[in-house]
Amino acid sequence: MSGVEASRPSIDQDEPPVLEIRDLVVTFAGRIGLLSGLLGKEATSARAVDGVNLELRRGEVLALAGESGCGKTTTARAVMGLLRPDRGEILFEGKPLGRHLQKYRRRVQMVFQDPTGSLNPRQTIYEIVAEGLRIHKIHRGPAGETEEQLVARALTRAGLRPPERFFMLYPHELSGGQRQRVVIAGALALDPDLIVADEPVSNLDASVRGEILSLLLKLRDELRISILIVTHDLGLAWTVADRVAIMYLGRIVETGPAEEVLLRPLHPYTRALLDVVPEAGGIDRPYLTGEPPDPTNVPSGCRFHPRCPRVADGTSATYGVEALCRDEDLDLVELRPGHVAACHLANVDAEAATRTGSATATAEPNGQTS
Amino acid sequence: MQPPPLHVGAEPPPQPVLEEEPPPPPGSPRHIAWARRRAAVRQFWAAYRKDKMGLAGLSILLVFIAVAIYAVFADDTGLSITEATGPRLDPPSLEYPFGTDIQGRSVFTLTLHGSKISLLVGLSATVITMVIGSAVGLIAGFRGGWIDQLLMRITDWGLVIPWLMLAISLAAIFGQSLFVIILVIGLTTWPSTARLVRSQTLSVRERPYVERSRALGASNWHLVSRHVLPNVMPVIMANTVLIVAIAILSETALSFLGLGDPLGKSWGSILERASDGGAATRGAWWWLGAPGLCIVLVVLAFTMIGFALDQIINPRLRER
Repeated sequence: MSGVEASRPSIDQDEPPVLEIRDLVVTFAGRIGLLSGLLGKEATSARAVDGVNLELRRGEVLALAGESGCGKTTTARAVMGLLRPDRGEILFEGKPLGRHLQKYRRRVQMVFQDPTGSLNPRQTIYEIVAEGLRIHKIHRGPAGETEEQLVARALTRAGLRPPERFFMLYPHELSGGQRQRVVIAGALALDPDLIVADEPVSNLDASVRGEILSLLLKLRDELRISILIVTHDLGLAWTVADRVAIMYLGRIVETGPAEEVLLRPLHPYTRALLDVVPEAGGIDRPYLTGEPPDPTNVPSGCRFHPRCPRVADGTSATYGVEALCRDEDLDLVELRPGHVAACHLANVDAEAATRTGSATATAEPNGQTS
Repeated sequence: MQPPPLHVGAEPPPQPVLEEEPPPPPGSPRHIAWARRRAAVRQFWAAYRKDKMGLAGLSILLVFIAVAIYAVFADDTGLSITEATGPRLDPPSLEYPFGTDIQGRSVFTLTLHGSKISLLVGLSATVITMVIGSAVGLIAGFRGGWIDQLLMRITDWGLVIPWLMLAISLAAIFGQSLFVIILVIGLTTWPSTARLVRSQTLSVRERPYVERSRALGASNWHLVSRHVLPNVMPVIMANTVLIVAIAILSETALSFLGLGDPLGKSWGSILERASDGGAATRGAWWWLGAPGLCIVLVVLAFTMIGFALDQIINPRLRER
């Protein structure tokens, strides 16, 4: 990990973020029957995303991680303008996304989870990669390249060499990894500034995963593309991300530099996710059981408290925050430089640390048991 | 066939007509694309050839198409009552292969010329049905929401209304002509096609490649024309062939009821006159039999082709 780290160009923190998400809320309205409507029942709406804030800088890889159903894909789709947020703003280079997404969509590309499904079976690879160029009526590249040259370059960049060999193939003639490369080539053809990758490797087998991930990193390094990568796999976030945001039930519960968050997690949820990652030296016990609660019925207080192992084992009661955990909703607090979390226990912990001025104490109440 | 003569001497060979669009050089994407398309057609034909029912249907249809084309150029004396040459209600003989009708006209000549009208009406009405049905189905399925609701309610209305009643009323309003018959059949058959196209559109619309294209910035028109329509097309094609059969039957029914073009000589109108002329009670089976058999054969041919196409297009049926 550190080897990859060293070769990365530094991220300019003073530069304004490429992408900024402010208080994003996306709700899905529940269906209501005619009779229930007449009886005055309200349709229950699910808050898939409930107040998400994120920033992404040029050349940065941000991993948005969490269990399925936590709203990470919904966030990604909202960023792509594929669904309209109920509240909040998405800013690209400081400008909010308006109704006219055409220009934005030229510069922001998405890579989907299912490479087989995201390629039209009736189109050739050439047509697929050239589609973006044709939609945006780009007939010539910046240096006067023809469409064919642009397509060839995108395929080459995505690692499909020699590109001419792939032009006239159909998706079903390629392997899964090659298909995902075609999807990436389709995104690269437009020279994007930001790529949103929704579980880009979870449908691929292990040997291909590494290839696709290193391809994404190479693009980040060579073309300074920012990447928002949505994943349920913290191991993947560990490998590729500069920063990690952990999402739970529509909210971000912890954000920070990847190394910080993954080596010294503040939130019990992050820790629980890490415990099942072999690379993190995870322990072989199911730390977190059950499914995330129903988003139509969000628990009071900290949304994680019904499943929180720290509440269950009485740690939060020992530190006198159990009532807070159950009843008081909380915001993200910067507990270490650049590392924010939303956990009552971690707050107490951080206060204790500042009082004693000792950094070692921070690891204590919330600390790893191993 | 003789090979074209080689141009020798100073005279340059004539330029092909495709001047503004020169043939793509070999190896270029477009050239290979065409090669691939040709290969796809060959592959389709290889699959179709294995289907005995489809081949039988196609052979019958080709015979009738040949007959209809022949009829366009054939001598049409003998169609008019004043030109009737034969004895009345003569049973099939060498001179009159299908016998004669009550006015002494050759039923063979009538049936031969009837093939033009029946096929023309069947195909034209099908074009109308397919255009309306596909457009309504695509728009309803792709747009969803109130547009879908509105279009589907209209479609439902079209489905439940007895089409014959509607057709009779429309024919009564617009008068009797070939064009009206085509229009009436087209306007009453599209709802089932619209339903079918809509359901297929709903399924294709949710495919990830449609979303990918949308994320690339595609307009709705682009999404429908490049992604949805090409993937709905096979279903439309298979349905078209079955609709032709329905349209030919409808034309027969309308003509038989006397709503057809009074001057036209379609198979349906031959049947109408045969019925009016008492062919059944007089034992003139040939008068009813010849056009009747033709209708059955053509409808059967289209149906068999339709089933064969369905077998090839629908992978779940192909498994068997």
